Formats: sequence, C-alpha cells, structure tokens
Amino acid sequence: MIKTLMKEIKQYKKDSILTIVFASIEVFMEILIPLLMAGLIDKGIEGKNMNEVIHYGILMFIIAIGTLSLGFLAGKFAARASTGLAANLRDRMYTHIQTFSFSNIDKYSTAGLVTRLTTDVTNVQNAYQMLIRICIRSPLVLICALSMALMINPELSMVFVVAVIFLVCVLGIIMRMAMKYFNDVFPKYDDLNESVQENVVGIRVVKSFVREKYEDEKFKRAAQNIYRLFVKAESVLAFNSPAMMLSVYSCILLLSWLGAKSIVGGSLTTGELTSLFSYTMNIMMSLMMLSMAFVMITMSLASARRISEVINEKSDLVSPENAIKTVKNGEIYFHHVTFSYQHGSQEPVLRDIDLHIESGETIGIIGGTGSAKSSLVSLISRLYDVDKGCVEVAGVDVRNYDLEVLRDEVSVVLQKNVLFSGTILQNLRWGNENATLEECQQACRLACADEFIERFEDGYNTYIEQGGSNVSGGQKQRLCIARALLKKPKILILDDSTSAVDTATDASIQQSFAKHIPDTTKIIISQRISSVEQADRIIVLNDGVVDGFATHEELLKTNDIYQNIYETQKKGKEDD
Amino acid sequence: MKRLLKMLWKEYKIHLIIVFLCIIANAYATVQGTLFMQTLIDHYITPLIGQPNPDFTGLFYALIRVAAFFMMGVICAYAFSRIMVNVTQGFLRHLRIELFEHMESLPIAYFDRTSHGDVMSVYTNDIDTLRQLISQSIPQLTSSCITIITVFISMLTLSITLTCISLVMLCVMVYVSRKIGSLSGHYFVKQQNDIGRVNGYIEEMISGQKVVKVFNHEEKAIEDFRNINNDLRNSAYKANKFANILMPVTIQIGNFSYIICAVIGAILSISGVVGITIGTLVSFLTLNKNFNQPIGQISQQINSVAMAQAGAKRIFDLLDQKSEDDQGIVTLCRVEYVDGQMQETLKRTGHWAWRHPRTNGEIELVEMKGDIRLENVDFGYFDDRMVLHDLNVFAAPGEKIAFVGATGAGKTTITNLINRFYDIQKGTITYDGIDIKLIKKDDLRKSLGVVLQDTHLFTGTIMDNIRYGRLDATDEECIAAASLANADTFIKHLPDGYQTMLSGDGSNLSQGQRQLLAIARAAVANPPVLILDEATSSIDSRTEKLVQDGMDKLMQGRTTLVIAHRLSTIKNSDCIMVLELGRIIESGNHQSLMKEKKKYYQLYTGAIEMD
Repeated sequence: MIKTLMKEIKQYKKDSILTIVFASIEVFMEILIPLLMAGLIDKGIEGKNMNEVIHYGILMFIIAIGTLSLGFLAGKFAARASTGLAANLRDRMYTHIQTFSFSNIDKYSTAGLVTRLTTDVTNVQNAYQMLIRICIRSPLVLICALSMALMINPELSMVFVVAVIFLVCVLGIIMRMAMKYFNDVFPKYDDLNESVQENVVGIRVVKSFVREKYEDEKFKRAAQNIYRLFVKAESVLAFNSPAMMLSVYSCILLLSWLGAKSIVGGSLTTGELTSLFSYTMNIMMSLMMLSMAFVMITMSLASARRISEVINEKSDLVSPENAIKTVKNGEIYFHHVTFSYQHGSQEPVLRDIDLHIESGETIGIIGGTGSAKSSLVSLISRLYDVDKGCVEVAGVDVRNYDLEVLRDEVSVVLQKNVLFSGTILQNLRWGNENATLEECQQACRLACADEFIERFEDGYNTYIEQGGSNVSGGQKQRLCIARALLKKPKILILDDSTSAVDTATDASIQQSFAKHIPDTTKIIISQRISSVEQADRIIVLNDGVVDGFATHEELLKTNDIYQNIYETQKKGKEDD
Repeated sequence: MKRLLKMLWKEYKIHLIIVFLCIIANAYATVQGTLFMQTLIDHYITPLIGQPNPDFTGLFYALIRVAAFFMMGVICAYAFSRIMVNVTQGFLRHLRIELFEHMESLPIAYFDRTSHGDVMSVYTNDIDTLRQLISQSIPQLTSSCITIITVFISMLTLSITLTCISLVMLCVMVYVSRKIGSLSGHYFVKQQNDIGRVNGYIEEMISGQKVVKVFNHEEKAIEDFRNINNDLRNSAYKANKFANILMPVTIQIGNFSYIICAVIGAILSISGVVGITIGTLVSFLTLNKNFNQPIGQISQQINSVAMAQAGAKRIFDLLDQKSEDDQGIVTLCRVEYVDGQMQETLKRTGHWAWRHPRTNGEIELVEMKGDIRLENVDFGYFDDRMVLHDLNVFAAPGEKIAFVGATGAGKTTITNLINRFYDIQKGTITYDGIDIKLIKKDDLRKSLGVVLQDTHLFTGTIMDNIRYGRLDATDEECIAAASLANADTFIKHLPDGYQTMLSGDGSNLSQGQRQLLAIARAAVANPPVLILDEATSSIDSRTEKLVQDGMDKLMQGRTTLVIAHRLSTIKNSDCIMVLELGRIIESGNHQSLMKEKKKYYQLYTGAIEMD
C-alpha cells in the first residue's frame, strides 16, 4: 500500500530529499545555539572578556540566519513535494479510473470516488508533509541534543536517558489506547452523519408522518453515543501534556541538584548547565512532536489504503494484443452466451443466448425489469465480458477487437444517460470531435431534436447545466440519441432511450432511422410495444432467457408474454 | 463568534472558571521554575564555588519548594485538559442536538431552497471547525496570553533594559507573522475554491463515467482534469508554503531576540553598569524564550480561528431560521359511540374525531370522515409568481380524484398544500368542513397518508421502516400492511425477511420494491385521506401492476388524491382534473373526457408528452 503511494512521488523526489536534507542541517545548527550560549556565559561573562562575548554573539547570529534560511527552504520544498504528490495521486487515480471497465465502475459509488480523490488525498498530503518535515527532524533533534548533552557531561545526561525512556513508554501507551478508541469512534461518527443526511433528504416523509420527535430522540441517542466514545478517546490523550511536563520538570529538578554539586565540585560550568536546561526542552518537545505526527500519520493510513485500493484496481477488460482495428459490418452473433455480473455466480443473468442479427436489421427487445435486456446489449460493445460462449460482431469475437474501435462502431445510448455541462454543440461533439455544425444539425434532425433546439434562444450554443437539468427528460433523450448518431456507428443501440419521448416523435425518429441509416444495425430496447412493433424482428426476453424472436405479427400469434404485454398496453386505446 | 462564546460560557460556567484557574496556575508554575534558575545560580552555586565544605541543605529545601510548584503545574495541566475534553465534547453534543431539533422544526420551504450538501456540511465541516476552536485554539490562546503577561512581569523584575529589547523584537515578530499569515490565508481561500472546482468536475464526470466510456472520451476527460488539477496544485503549494515558513520564521526571530538579549546582557554584566548577575541573565534568557514561544503558537491558531468564525456563522444561520409556526387549535381524538352520541375516549375504538374548541369554551366533536375541499385556491412559492390559480377541488369521503398534466403544470405542488408544507395565498382548504389553518399541523398530517414520488427509506430493518407509519403497530399489523401492499412476497424472499437491514436510503432494493414498502408504510398508518404522487421512473409492467394493485387496495374506502404520471392507472377515478399552467382546464371522468377529445384525449393517446 505504502509502496503504491510512494511510486507517485516521481518528479518530487528531489524536493522531498531536499526537504529532509535542509531540515536535518537546520537541526544541527539549532542544536549549536545552546552550546555557543554556554561558551558566551563561561568564557565571556565569567571570564569578563568582551571580545569573546562579541565573538560568540556574531557566531550565533550567523547560525540563526542560516537556520532561518534553511527552515524557509525546507518549508518551501516540503510544500512543493507534498502538494505535488497530492496532484500526482489525483492524476494517477483519475487516469486510472478512465481505464475502468463497467464492472469496475459498478464497484465504487460516485461519492466514494470523489471522497478518495479529494479528502483522502488531502489527508495523505498532510501526512506526507508531516513525514518529511517532522519525522526525520524530531528523531534527529533527539539524537543530536542527547549526544550534545552526553558530550557536555555524560553522568548528568543519564537523567535524560531515563526521562526519554519514561516518556516514550507513557506516550506509547497513550497512543495505543487512543488509537483503539478512535477506531471505534469514526464509524459511529459516519453513522451519525448518515442519519442527518437521511433526515435532510427524507424530510417530507418525516413531516408527513409527524415523526420529528421520534427522529429527535433517535438523534439524541446517537449524539450521546458519540459523546461517550469521544470523551473516552480524548481523556486518554489528556494525559499527553502532563506526562510531558512531568518529565521536563523532573529533569530540571534533578539537573539542578546534581548540576549544582558538579559545578561546586568543579566538573561542570554554569554555562554548560544552562545548555543542559535548553536541551531538556529540545528533547522532550521532539518526542512530543513525534508522537503527534505518529497519530496523524496513522489516521491517514485509512485514507492511504482507500487511495491505493483505487490505484491497484485492475481493469478487467483490456484490448488484446494485435487487436483488430476495423469492424466490417453490423452483423451480430450470440453463441450460447451465459453471463453474470459476478463471474462464475450460480445464478447467471443471461442463460444460453443464441442469436443471429443481420447487418442493417432493426431489432426490438422487450421484457420486464430484471429480464436482462440491458445486460444483453452491453455485451455487444464489450462493456462486460461473457462467462461462457461468445459474442461476435461482423464475424469476429468482440474480445479480439481494439476496445476503442469496437465502441466507436457500436454506439450505445445508455438507459441512465447524462449530458455534461457545456453547450449543446459541445455535448454533441462527444460523438465526433471534428463534426461540423452541419453534421451536428443533421444528427439532430434524425433524432428529432432539431425542432426544440432551434426554438432555444441560443440554438446550438445553448448552455446545458450539469446533468442536463435545464432540458426536459424527452429533450435530453433526443440529444443523447443525436450524440450517439454522430459517431456514424455500424451498430446503434438504444437502451430504453425514448421512454420520455411522446409516441408520435418516437415513431418519426424510427422512420428517419429507417430512411437515413438503413445499413446500420439498430437495436431498440423499450417498455413500450409501440416503440418496437415496427422493428424487423423483436426479441422477447424473460428472466435472462430468449422467450421469442420473431416479427410483431408472429409473436402476437405465438408468444404468451408478448401477447400479455400487448394486451395491457393496447387495451385502453381500443376501448375508445 | 461572540454568541458562540456566550453560549459556551452559559453552558459551562464552572468548568470554564476551573480551566481558567488551572491555566493561570500552570503558567505561574512555569514562570516560577524559570525564575528558580536565577536563585539556583546566584544563591546556591556561585557562592558555594571554592568553599571547602559546601552546604547543600539550602538548595535541597529550595528544590522541594519548586518541586511543589511543578507538581501543581502538572496536576493543573491534567485537570485542565481533562475538563476541556468534557467541555468540548459536551458542547458539541449540545450543539448537534440543538441543530438537529431545530432543523426538524423548519418548514419544508427551507429544505427546498437549501441544497442538501450545504445542510450536511454544517453538521460535518462546520462542527469540526468548532471542535478545533474549543478544544485547542481557545485554551491555547488563553494560556498564551497569560504566559505572555506573567512572563512579561517577571522579565520586568529582572531587567527593564532587556525587557524593552525583547518587546521590540516581539513587535517585529508579530508584524512579520501577520504578513505571512495573511498571504497564506489568501492562498488557502484560493485553494478551497480550486478544491471545489476539482470536486465539481470529478463528481460530474464520474457520475457520467459510463457515458465517457461508450464515447471513448477518456483522453479528453483526462486532459481537462489535468488543467484544474494543476491549478489546485499551484494554489495548494503556495498556501502550504507560506504556512510552512511561518513557523521557522517566528522561531528564528525569537532566536534573534534571544541572542541580542544575551550579548547585550553580557556586555551590561561585564561593564557592571546595571547590576546583572549571571543568574539573572540565564533566567532572563529562558524567560525570553517563553515570551516568544506563545507568539508562534498564536499565529498557528489564527487560521483555525478564522475558519471557526465562518463555521459558527453558518451554524447560527441555520439556528436562526424560523421554525414552522402552528396556530392550530383543532386536534384529533379517539371517540366511541354511546347511544349514537360521540364521546371522547382513550380506548382504541378505531373511530376518530376532530376536537374543536369554540370561542365560547365549548368543545365540539366533528367526526373524521375525509372530506377535502379546495376552494378558489391561489398559490405560488414566491408571492409574485403564482403556480396555481383559482383551484377548486371537491373530494367527498371515499372518492378518488386524479390530477394529470404536463411537467410543470403544478400537479406535485398540490400535495404540498393539503398537509400545509406550504400555505396558500388565497382561498380556503377545508377538512371535514374545518379550515386546515385551524387544525394543529401534527394532527392534520397524522390524518393524511402520503406516498411520495421518490421513496425515502431510513436505516433500519424493513420492519422498522414499515412501522414508521405507526410506531405502536405490532409485528402482525406491519406484516398485514405489507401483504396488503403486495410487498410481503418480495420481503419473504430476502435472506433476513422482515429483519433485513436497509442502508443508504434502501439502495439495496429496486425502485419498485421501495415503492411497495412506502405503500405498506402508509397502510400501517391507516389514514382516512391519501395523497399519492405516482413514481415517475420506469418500473417494469409486472412490478407496476403489483404497485398499482397495492395502491388500489390501499385506496379502498379512503378519500384519495392521485397525482398521475401515467394515465393507465387513473382511468377508474371518480374525477380527473387536467391541469395546465396551474389551472384546471378539464375535469370529469375518463369516458366523458375521452369524448371531449381535448387535452386529456391527446395526453392519453400519447400525442403530448407527460414528463
């Protein structure tokens, strides 16, 4: 997991290393200051030597300036390295998501992916910055300060060693316990937010059933629960600073006692004692920082895991080597196809489908929800792979085509279709980047979208809001069809794409298809008999099995399911 | 911000006073410790140097005294951190509950105008900023200020000259850190905007990811993404850069102050102009460090204080929204018939009545039958834009009234009026002859069953969700309701049956199944009047039939208002109202409307789009 993320440092390796180098040198310089201060006191003041005072003063000043510039540089490079890593991670995830197959996409929710790309990346960014700034620096401070102390006076420094061991143990225990509690808290916290979300979204239901009090009670219990857990977790953390203070104070007291004796005994100078006091702070602070950084980094591990999950997700559909780059015609074969969304599952969605569709035919598909209509057509453009059998387009197994070529030639208008924010023209050109205005207009004429587009004030330059919220359902569907037509595909699949279009327009779309793109194989999925009855042949799907495949007239005679649907849909009209 | 602090103060007066005292004690202990250095060097070390038999007993007692101070410091530090945990979490709990309860009391109009994301972010982001503020920033700032003051006073007692120098350096530090702070703040705002843009882009593209795929649009999508990703990297870099250098800069300015004081102090000490001993100097230098440190801490907290301020503003915005007001006086009560006379009772008789207190003090009982009338109703979501004009609808008990019309004709709006989600501008709506404005909203809504277009379910078992209709319903009653709604069959096929957990708004169920549950939920409530807003999304004919059948059974014996999105389902209505641009343009039953061959006929034959 960490390896996956580390790979994305790439061009920012230099910045990361520079951060560490600068931060380390900064530590060495900072550590020198108390040492020089000792010199100033002992040689300067006690020796009553003005020159020494000036000498040490200037030296310390230079070091402080050096430390300042190093700190400045380290901060700058750390910022560049961490934000660069974050940008790389977002880029890597996003480009990787683009290679996802449909079944990969199904696995993640949109909200989940958005969180991974934003919040989780920010967490990792902060943790990484912490890592290169603090996690190298703090141990270094610890080591340097400790060795300096040892150099000054080995016996007295034993005080530090004991204090450090004590503090490490205490902080370790605190962190361990706190982490355990925090791991319990976060899922509960998510639950709380989810219950708020439910109430915001379903407020009409809450109010209709007069359940405000009930929801209040429910929420109160959840809030109380969170309170209890958080208090538990944080009261452990409350030991942090007293423990730290305890160690510092003990060090000071012991140093004072032992130090006084040593100075009087002549084995220590006053200046050296003050340096030791300074190092006390340095050592303990660095431990404290380290423990904080440790918590932050552990907390970001969850984010890191979620990110690497996306990056390591293997797209289960890839173009084969030596892929075939042309699709000759729109002929389709299904050879005993069995398919399920979880490969090898006991209950396949499609069972033993065996079909042959001629190039240029118009095929209707009808059947109830869950009868796997969409699943059937999604196999043609290889949005999913079959479990058993094979699907052929123009006599070639779809698995042998280059994916991009195949999907250009097999154009699907999805059931859950979306328009993107941008002008109508921009949206249409998704089908063909280089389409001229005339070509776009032509496609819209075929899809019967021209009439309403021309009524818009800005015509083809009308701006479509995100999700196409400023056009009606029927208009949206027609735009989506036009967009698919611009690809000039050999096979055109409409997956329930005219459900919101009125029957008259629906019929005229079909007529124009028959007239203007006769060579294109057209597959039309619909809930409405009227949308499919003009088709050359109609597939009746039932529970993943082909129940009938014939013309409208024949099916009416021979197929029970078809008759049934026909009856329920036509009865009303015949009454009048 | 002020209001927030006031709230905090009101809630935790004693806690806060104790915390404040602890902070002072703690700061005092620290200062005592530092001042002890002077005593140590000047009284217990320097005089003893060179003595043949140094006497350390004085030092020993002095150390004990200091140790006592230190102990007090440690205990106070713990007490204050521990108390703050309770204060912070307790206050957040209080705030959350208050927010939630207030939110539940807000009118529907608020939810219609405010995006769900905005409301959610109050509970998550804004509350989080407050946690940061209360648990860290406020104590940190308080202790920093107290430290600065106590240290400053102690410094004055040691040496006025050196104190002045420290003060000058402090001003430099404050000035520089403010400059850097505002720069970094500027870029943090920019970073926030860029995150918003990236967020929006990803959200749009990923929710359309399947379309991206079928159009081979991946490369273009990546290219666009790279551009905004780069912008974000740049602003994040700058924001972080300034935030990162703030720390070293303040620390080093602190160091400069330290060095300057040391050199000048040394010069003064050697020249003997003012009496500065080594002990004084050493103590002063430590104090100098303690004096500068808080400034660094304060500048670190500035950002989070600013963020909390914005968060608090949004929280109070929500808390200041006006609650739904209710001046209703008429309530529901159970009644029993004694000698053909209605009498109030607590028994579960299955009979209900409106309890209507009259101005003369008498109480009138009106049988609840389910007679709904809308007379000359005008309504608009905004006062200057009417959506419904002069609406007249009469629904006698047990009748089924249907509304049809194209998108935007105002069908769904009608559902908002009868249960008073919105109040009408003109005209009257009566329920069993009582103006609904007189009826208490809770009782009015209890007497109306609503099945909405989009089904919303809650986290919990299927049983819980059905019981939502009536909390005291037994399991048997819930199952009976489910079988009435035709939901029983699919529920039984679920692995855990009625105990199956639903999560994420019932996302593990199909649209049709969710609808069946919504019908069961309304059936358990058993109200005399139903408002059905049919589902728009396409469900297959078989499930649709089940849903329809369930609805039909539910409608039996109840007054029903149906908002129809599909015409096949409402042919048997007693009256069908065709709406256009907020007016009723045709009404009558199916046969008569078909004969007229006007709008309804066109809709029915599919000549005009419904949605």
